[in-house]
Amino acid sequence: MAEAGRSPWQEAWAVFRRNRAALIGLAILGVIGLVLAVGPLLYRVDPFDIVGAPMTPPGDPDVLLGTDYLGRDILAGLVRGGRPTVLVGICAAMITTVIGITIGSLSGYYGRGTDRMLGRVVEFFQVLPALLFAMVLITLFEPSLLTVTLAIGVVAWTGMARLTRAEFLRIRQLDFVRSARAIGASNARIILATILPNALPPIIVSATLATGTAILFEAGLSFLGLTDPNVMSWGLMIGSSRNYLREAWWAVTFPGLCIFLTVLGISLVGDGLNDAFNPKLRQR
Amino acid sequence: MAYLAIVLRRVVQAIGLLAAVAILNFTLIHLAPGDIVSTIVGEMGGASEETIAELRRAYGVDRSYLEQLGIYLARVAGGDLGTSIYYNKPVFLLILDRVPATVLLLLAALTLALVAGTALGVLAARYPRGWFAAAVNLVSLFGFSAPVFWSGLMLLLLFASAIPILPPGGFYDVVAGAQGLAKALDIAHHLVLPATTLALIFLALYSRLARASMIEVLGSDYVRTARAKGLPERTVIFKHALRNALLPVVTVAGLQFSAMLAGAVLVETVFTWPGLGQLAFESILRRDNQLILGILLLSAVLVTFGNLITDVLYRIVDPRIKTDG
Repeated sequence: MAEAGRSPWQEAWAVFRRNRAALIGLAILGVIGLVLAVGPLLYRVDPFDIVGAPMTPPGDPDVLLGTDYLGRDILAGLVRGGRPTVLVGICAAMITTVIGITIGSLSGYYGRGTDRMLGRVVEFFQVLPALLFAMVLITLFEPSLLTVTLAIGVVAWTGMARLTRAEFLRIRQLDFVRSARAIGASNARIILATILPNALPPIIVSATLATGTAILFEAGLSFLGLTDPNVMSWGLMIGSSRNYLREAWWAVTFPGLCIFLTVLGISLVGDGLNDAFNPKLRQR
Repeated sequence: MAYLAIVLRRVVQAIGLLAAVAILNFTLIHLAPGDIVSTIVGEMGGASEETIAELRRAYGVDRSYLEQLGIYLARVAGGDLGTSIYYNKPVFLLILDRVPATVLLLLAALTLALVAGTALGVLAARYPRGWFAAAVNLVSLFGFSAPVFWSGLMLLLLFASAIPILPPGGFYDVVAGAQGLAKALDIAHHLVLPATTLALIFLALYSRLARASMIEVLGSDYVRTARAKGLPERTVIFKHALRNALLPVVTVAGLQFSAMLAGAVLVETVFTWPGLGQLAFESILRRDNQLILGILLLSAVLVTFGNLITDVLYRIVDPRIKTDG
């Protein structure tokens, strides 16, 4: 049970703090965030510039992580290529969260006809082949970071909607919601101020994990070349070098490792948050 | 009887849903800048006003959006998916040609992920504190976090380049030209890497699910009862616990069909596997609109079908639903 003077959030943090895996995840994200934030300022090589002989192996003092088949600096690509990937991932996850919460809360709160109608909409988007649909969207309308973000956001929100709906269905019949209704609170107030804050823990976990999924999605699209060709990104690096895998393994391995570590960090933190918010596990 | 009615209602719903998907796809292609005539004219290197007008009439793009949509829907309802402008062949035949490779890949990956994932999950649940559970946890974290195209490339590097025991791509060895059983074995040989790569993502998911639900089931009253009445541990695990623990795995496996298709696009690209995913990617790059529409619709049909099958399977696996007949 909660000790006096500690909010549920503080309590969750106390659990999170003791979770070794989650802290490792947080540390990974911290390092990656720092590199992406200040790296481009310290390491000023343009990732599109040809700086050395093609396919220089890693270890060369001038190009520490080697060059790709055109002689472009891999380290420069890693330092700069993370920004679009992570940025698109975060923005797309925010879009999915906003759409998902809106649809899910309306569906779960009003129930009946609204729920049935919105349920059809969710089903519709579940049936759409997400990646193919995003690929079509991006090629039909100019490949840019914006279209990529929107395409991912539009196809990936159904999970969040289902989760929010379930939470609203559960919470709306609890006593404190009934009393809010009894004292005459408006529907909007009940949805936003009474139910939503109590539904937040699983939503936060899901939004965290959605960021990881969106990053993988972005990387996949860039790998296929369906992104802005003038912006270096990790996925694009892998896609352009994959035909030289045997000759220059480093040009493919390092960017992939970066994507992997980023998503791993996010997954670990997401799992940690899940444990921290889950009162059942806390008692163990 | 009631069951049949439920299935029937779901089929009707599914058809409505697919019609909506077809309308959305068509509208999107319609909204995009440029149409089939501008593509043709572009390839011709320009054309006179009259030729363009004639082409527009021939392809029906001079009509209004609603008219075109009506024509498209009527055609699709009649089973005609149109003609690919690049291959100059019926879209249906082109798709049919690629279905076996993709279905083979998906089934192999799904089977591998389900069997291995469940086995790992059950074992991890049985011995939750040992090194084995930790290893399963690591594998599942990798599957969750590594981009599928990258793990595919890494497997290629490992098993086709560093230790060259598996072929680097393709469906079968064209040069060797094996027939019959030898050809089947050759295809299986080529299937190992792509199927493993695709399975890796889902293996992670299934092992986690199986472990979580197995832990829950093992703590339940009826398992305690089964043990108390002296049943051998093997019977308890496989007959009493596993069947119930499998429920969430089966549900999720069906719902994961759309994600599997997405994975297939990337895996087929990495391993030059001649399936639907590759065809889709190429048609999107070439803006082969009829082919794109056909593949999008077919994928939606596949996903819907997968959901229906999940529903039926769920009823078979769940002993409680089964007794209702």
